[in-house]
Amino acid sequence: MMAVEVLQTVSIITGISVFLAALLTLAERFLLNYGTCKITINEDQVLEVKGGNHLLGSLIQNNIFIPSACGGRGSCGLCKVKVISGGGPLLPTETPYLTNEEQEDNVRLSCQVKVREDLVIQIPEELFSIREYATVVEKIEDLTHDIKALYLRLPEGEEVKFKAGQYVQIKAPQYGKSTEEVYRAYSIASSPSQHDCIQLIIRKVPEGICTTYVFDYLKEGDTLHINGPYGDFYLRESEREIICIAGGSGLAPIKSILHQIEEEGIQRKTSFFFGCVGKRDLYYVDEMKAFEDKLPNFRFIPALSGAAEGDDWTGETGLITEVVDRHVTDGSNVEAYLCGSPGMIDACIRVLLSKGVAEENIYYDKF
Amino acid sequence: MEISPFVIFFASIFTSNVLLTNFLGMCSYLSISRDLKSSLGLGQAVIFVMTATTVLNYLVYHYILVPYELEYLMYIVFIIVIAAFVQLVEMVLERFLPNLYYTLGIFLPLITVNCAILGVALFMVIREYNLLQSLAYGAGGGIGWTLAILALAGIRQKVDETRLPKGLQGAGFAMIVTGIMALAFIGFSGIISIS
Repeated sequence: MMAVEVLQTVSIITGISVFLAALLTLAERFLLNYGTCKITINEDQVLEVKGGNHLLGSLIQNNIFIPSACGGRGSCGLCKVKVISGGGPLLPTETPYLTNEEQEDNVRLSCQVKVREDLVIQIPEELFSIREYATVVEKIEDLTHDIKALYLRLPEGEEVKFKAGQYVQIKAPQYGKSTEEVYRAYSIASSPSQHDCIQLIIRKVPEGICTTYVFDYLKEGDTLHINGPYGDFYLRESEREIICIAGGSGLAPIKSILHQIEEEGIQRKTSFFFGCVGKRDLYYVDEMKAFEDKLPNFRFIPALSGAAEGDDWTGETGLITEVVDRHVTDGSNVEAYLCGSPGMIDACIRVLLSKGVAEENIYYDKF
Repeated sequence: MEISPFVIFFASIFTSNVLLTNFLGMCSYLSISRDLKSSLGLGQAVIFVMTATTVLNYLVYHYILVPYELEYLMYIVFIIVIAAFVQLVEMVLERFLPNLYYTLGIFLPLITVNCAILGVALFMVIREYNLLQSLAYGAGGGIGWTLAILALAGIRQKVDETRLPKGLQGAGFAMIVTGIMALAFIGFSGIISIS
């Protein structure tokens, strides 16, 4: 008797569910079938995708990565593309993220636009170079007690094109106690002319999921997935004097920019202020001195804020802001590139502004 | 005594407003009430879905659950019916009425998880309404919900132009206004009994 009752209950609930599921599946099959749609990108590339999906997902399937932090939920507003024809009217879910000019310019959030017909869209050229790479860890090098350099070799025949100062994201897979994949951004430290192998500089964050992975789990010869390049921190073309300020692992993008200055023969006057606590935190001093020899207009100014006794230090001391304050007199013709912790950058910006550096000429990468 | 469907219809709009007296469906109420236009879109979607699902759930309850004495499963069944119905409507709109889809359809996924819809279906069972009463209650409940969100959106639009203390901006202000509106609505709730 009991069994019959259970069976009956289960079958009725199953019956209702099956009926509704069948109804929805049929509806999906016949109602949402839009056939194959063509997406024309920047007037030259044509993709053929299955209709009915969101534009962002359709592009990712074709290895075109539009930056998106929220994963297509319409809450970050990063995945903007220009939709010239098709795509339907602007949705209320998009308007909060678009300015009036963007709306008039047909800019849309690609995670909200559905591909139901042929589309013509425009994507900034540099996004084409954003890709995922399965790199091999060629070498892990200790730079200081808590900073390592990572050399990543790209797969045979692939190359990454980036601007000096840009960053990539590395993917830390599940390991040990960490139960999910995480992505963390690191600036590329190697020369932008080197496309087959890149160098990253990583400082250990206590309890950091990704840095713990890199420091304690990752071995030479392992595969590491990265994607990129991203970012608008790169050397601007002008005739202004260049001031770079970095702390700790913030040296990475500056080093890449210095490679670029050397290789392109840029003659602009350049100073690089590098702030560390003690002598044991200092690294790449010889490399920077080598730049000084090769570049007549380049000065490297390392500074220790807490030199320990016995550090045998004759260079600059004090907080990096004080050092910059002492060295820079007239900032009216200066372009500044800062990379470091938010606190350091905010303090440096205040100093630079007081020296007369124009706010729009200060570029920074906070981490 | 049998309550007239008309009484239920009007009562559920004003004196027994599902949002302002039962405080159901607050999430979308707070998040979509920034401007009148989207509030109206969402409100229309709620009216339609609430009316249709209340009737649907009435039929499912009385013709499937009651005969087999499965009333205790109504929570699960109601939720499945609501979710499936909303999805189906969304697909139909997207295909055949794209204009309506763009104004109303994009709010539908928000309604799948709107507790006011489920709440109305459950009240219908608890209060033992018949089919006509349920229809009136569903439609009235939806209209009442729309009325409340339109009222809040109107006030918020006005207030956005004034300067509020930082702690009150956004949700804080919306909650206070809702509370005051609810006071007014609850004040009349004794006039008509609908259960």
